[in-house]
Amino acid sequence: MSDKVNLTIDGRKLEAPAGSTILQAAKDANIYIPHLCHNDELKPYGACRLCVVEITHRNRTRIVASCIYEVAEGLEVQTVTERVLNVRKLVIELLLSRNKKSQVLQDIAQKLEVEKSRFELDIKGCILCGMCIRTCKEVVGVNAIGYKSRGFTREVATPFDETPPDCIACGSCAYVCPVDFIQYSEKNGVRTIWNTEFPMQKCTKCGRHIAPVKQLDHFKETLNLPEDHFDICLHCR
Amino acid sequence: MKKLTTPQDFFDYQSEVKKSVDPKKTQIIICAGSGCLAYGTQKLIDGFKAEIEQQNLQDVMDVRASGCHGFCERGPIVLISPGNIFYQKVGLKDAPEIIEKTVLNGETIERLLYKDPQTGEKIIREHDVGFYKKQQRFILGQNSQINPTSINDYLAIGGYGALAKVLSETKPQEVIDEIIEANLRGRGGGGFPAGWKWDSTRKAVGDPKYVICNADEGDPGAYMDRSILEGNPHTVLEGMLIGAYAIGSSEGYIYVRNEYPLAVTNITLAIEQARELGLIGKNIMGTDFSFDIQINRGGGAFVCGESSALFASIEGRAGEPRAKYVHATDRGLYDKPTCLNNVETWANVPLVISKGAKWYQSIGTENSKGTKIFALVGKINNTGLVEVPMGITLREIIFEIGGGIPKGRKFKAVQTGGPSGGCIPEEYLDSPVDFDELTKLGSMMGSGGMIVMDERTCMVDIARYFLQFLEDESCGKCTPCREGVHQMRVILDRICEGNGQEGDIETLEWMGQAIADGSLCALGGSAPAPVLSTIRYFRDEYEAHIKDKKCPAGVCKALITYKIDSETCNGCHLCFKPCPTDAIAGEKKKLHTLDQDKCIQCGACYEVCKFDAVIVE
Amino acid sequence: MENTIKAIVEKYDSNKGFLVPVLQDVQKELNYLPREALDLVSKFLKVSISQVFEVATFYKAFSLEPRGKYQMALCQGTACHVRGVPLIVDHIERTLEIKDGETTEDLMYTFETVNCLGACALGPVMVVNEEYHGKMTIAKTDKLLKKLGKEGNA
Repeated sequence: MSDKVNLTIDGRKLEAPAGSTILQAAKDANIYIPHLCHNDELKPYGACRLCVVEITHRNRTRIVASCIYEVAEGLEVQTVTERVLNVRKLVIELLLSRNKKSQVLQDIAQKLEVEKSRFELDIKGCILCGMCIRTCKEVVGVNAIGYKSRGFTREVATPFDETPPDCIACGSCAYVCPVDFIQYSEKNGVRTIWNTEFPMQKCTKCGRHIAPVKQLDHFKETLNLPEDHFDICLHCR
Repeated sequence: MKKLTTPQDFFDYQSEVKKSVDPKKTQIIICAGSGCLAYGTQKLIDGFKAEIEQQNLQDVMDVRASGCHGFCERGPIVLISPGNIFYQKVGLKDAPEIIEKTVLNGETIERLLYKDPQTGEKIIREHDVGFYKKQQRFILGQNSQINPTSINDYLAIGGYGALAKVLSETKPQEVIDEIIEANLRGRGGGGFPAGWKWDSTRKAVGDPKYVICNADEGDPGAYMDRSILEGNPHTVLEGMLIGAYAIGSSEGYIYVRNEYPLAVTNITLAIEQARELGLIGKNIMGTDFSFDIQINRGGGAFVCGESSALFASIEGRAGEPRAKYVHATDRGLYDKPTCLNNVETWANVPLVISKGAKWYQSIGTENSKGTKIFALVGKINNTGLVEVPMGITLREIIFEIGGGIPKGRKFKAVQTGGPSGGCIPEEYLDSPVDFDELTKLGSMMGSGGMIVMDERTCMVDIARYFLQFLEDESCGKCTPCREGVHQMRVILDRICEGNGQEGDIETLEWMGQAIADGSLCALGGSAPAPVLSTIRYFRDEYEAHIKDKKCPAGVCKALITYKIDSETCNGCHLCFKPCPTDAIAGEKKKLHTLDQDKCIQCGACYEVCKFDAVIVE
Repeated sequence: MENTIKAIVEKYDSNKGFLVPVLQDVQKELNYLPREALDLVSKFLKVSISQVFEVATFYKAFSLEPRGKYQMALCQGTACHVRGVPLIVDHIERTLEIKDGETTEDLMYTFETVNCLGACALGPVMVVNEEYHGKMTIAKTDKLLKKLGKEGNA
C-alpha cells in the first residue's frame, strides 16, 4: 500500500498522506473549510458539523464531516455546494443563537452571508464543541470536567456542578474554548476557574507565583519529579 | 445436567427429549407475554395450576406459561392443544370450566370463543381466526409451542439443531454463503444484508471479534423484539452462536433495554441453561468453537440503538455515537471487528440454516425475503404482533389481519419506521410491504412499528410528537440534531398553538433537509422524516393550522372548542364531576352548558360522555 | 453504603464496562443515586467522577434526587399518544402539582413519562411500582390516585 493517495478538492488534484482527513488535506492546500470543534492536538470528533463537504466516491455522493472523513484514492471533494452551504448556514445560525457575542462565530456567519440568527435561545454562551472536555481528558489527562445531561439540555459541567475534585486548575479548558465561555482569572496568588479558588505556589527565591499547587503536584506525580522540583521558578533557576 | 461433548451426543440427547414428550397429553397454553401479564394473567396461570392439583389431574394435562401469542387485543389468551382451541379474554373464574368441559369432555365454551366481527361466526381454532389467517408465523409461532424457561421445550421442537448441524458439517464460510444466498436483511431498521456484515467481520483484521445482539428496542410502538426475547430466548442465542461460529468470534453481548425485566430474566436463565448443557462456553459440543455471551442492560437512551452509541454504552460511557465512516465490522466495540444484528435478525438465522436458503428465498419479494414481524397498534381493532411474508400489502395487514379502524372511523395514515420513518396515506395502502417500497414512499421498514391513525389523529401533532421524542433522546453531540430538532419542534409548537406564520412550512422543509444532511448519526439524519413525510402527504392540515387556525382532527388544544350538543345531551350529569374547572353547568335531566371561559380543553367531559353529546370543533 | 456498593461492583468483576448496570443496581438498592454512592462507584470501579456523573445524568433511568413511594411511569409510545396520553399527562401534572420527572414534596409520588413500554394493546398504559394499569383515562387516573393516596397514608 502506498503512503499517499490522490484526490481532488474543488477540482484541484491533490496528494495527501493516507490516513489523514479531508480537512487536513484542504488545510495543506490552503483551501478554506470553516470548523469549530477541531483542533490538531485532539482526536477527530465531528460534532459542530460546520466543516461538512460534499464527496463523491464510487459513484455515491453524500455530505460528510471533513474533520473525520479520511482521504481515499479517487475521492472527489466539493467544499462549496448548495447542500453544504445549507448545512453550514443552519449550523452557524443555531450556534449564534447560543452565543450572540462571539467574534469567531460572527466572522464565520459573515463569510456564509448569514446576518443574524432567526432562532432565540436563553443560553449562556457555550456552543458544546467539547474541546475543553477533550483537552482535559486527552491532553492533560485528568478528566476533571464532562457533560451533564443530554440532548438540548446538555451542558459542560463539573461533577455535581461543584468544585471539581480532579481539576488541577491548569486552565487548558479556558485556553482552547473558541468562544471564551470558560471564566478564568488570577489574582493575589489565587487562580479561579470553575468557581473554585486554587492557591498558587510561590517561588522560594523571588516570591513570584509559579502555578497552582495542584497543577505542580500533578506534574510531579505524572513525571516522577522530586518533591522540591518546583520550589524555584524558571526565572530563578 | 450432563454436558454434551459431540454433535452426535447432542442429537441423541435431543431425540431423548423429544421422546419424553407425550403428544396426547393436553397442554393448556396460557400467553404470558408482557401484554397479557399486564392483564393479570399470572393469577390465571396460578389458578389453573391450583385447580389441576386439587383435582389431581397432573397426568392428564399440563399448564404451559408461554411467550406472546401476538393477539394482545384479546388477552388473556388460552390455547388448548391438541386441537388448537382458541379462547380469548379468559378470566380466573373460567379456569375450572375449561378444565372440566374442554379438556376432560372435549366441549368448546361458546362465550370464550372469538367472534368474527364481520360474519358474527364463533371461531374455534386459532388458525381460523381472522387475525392469524393471513400470517406466516415461523418465528412468533414457536412462542406458543414452548415454555421459554425450559431449554428442553426448545430442544423438543428441534431447537439448537441448526447449531449442531453447522458444527458437525458446515464450514464457517459456507454458513456465511448460505445467509448471503438467503438474502437475510437486518430487521433492525436499515435492512443491510446480514451475510455481508458477517463476511466483512470474518475478513476483518483484529482479535477478539465481537458478536452483539441489539435488543435496545426503543421505537415507540414497537415490541416484537421483546416478545421474542421473552418468549423464545434460546432461538436468539442459537442465532448468535451460529453467527459467532461463522464469523470466528468468541465473545458476545446482548444489549437489552432495562425496561424489559422479563426479557432480561428469561435470556439470563436461557444462557445459564445453555451453558450447563455445553451449548455456550468453551468447546461447544466438544468442538474447537468457544463462545460466551454477556448481558448488558441499557440505561434508558433511544440513541443506544445506534451501533456506535451502543458500543459506547457497553464500554461504560454515555451513549454518544461517532462517525460511521469506519464500519463497525472493522472497528466496533473496543475498536475491534464487531457484528451487530438485532433480535429478530438473529432469530431468523436458525430458520435459514435448518430450512435452507432456497426455502427462505421462496418467501417474500425480489429483494426482501422471509417474514417480518410488525407491532400493529394505534387506532386499530386487532392490536397485536403480526408476522407476515414480505410483500403483503398494507391494506391486508390493516384491514384483514388488523380488522380495520375502531368505532367505524376513517383511516388516515399508517406510520412505519418509528421516529425515523414516515406516515403513509390511504392512496398507498395497496403497496407491498418490503424494505425498498416503504423507503420509496418516504417512510421505511424500521424495526417494525406500524401505528394506525384515523381521522381523529392530527398529523401536525404527530410530527411534533416524534420531534419531541427525538429532542429528548438526542445525545447532544452534534449541532444539527441537538439544536436543529429543538428549533423545528419550537416551530411545530407554535403551529399547534395557533401562532403559525406564513413561511413556517418552507422553513421546516429547509431545516429538515439540512439536518438530514448535516447530522452525525442516523438519529439526527432521519429525525426530520416524520415532519417531511407529513408535509408531503398532509400539507393541507399544516395550512389549516397556520392560515385558518383550525385543527381539522380536533386534537390541538388551542385550536379547538368543546361544545355540548343540545340535541343529544340528556342531562345525565356524568360530565360534571370529572371537569376540573367546573365549567359545566345545568340541572340533572336538563341540557348542560359549557362555559368556554372556564374550559381548559382537557377532554375529560368528552371522554366520559356516553351519548356523544360533547363535540369538538 | 460502602459495603453495598463494593459488593455490587465486585459482582461485575470491577469491570469498567459495566458502569451502567452497576448504577442500575445501586439505584435499585438505594431508590436513587446519592452523591456519596457515585463517589464510591468512582472509587471502586476506578472511573473518574466526571465520567460517572456524565453517565448518571445521560441515561434517563437514573435519578440523582430521591424518588417517591409510588413511581408512576406513563407510557409515551406512539400508540398511547394517539389514544390520548397527552390529556392524562396534563391531568396528573395538574392534580399532583408536579411536572414530568418530578417528585411530590411529601415524597409520595414520582411522575414520569417513559418511552414505549410495549403494551400497546392496553394503551394508554401506566406502570405504578411495576404494576401495569391499562386503558387509562382521566377518570381512571383519579380513581387510582385516590386509592394510592389512601394506601400511602395508612
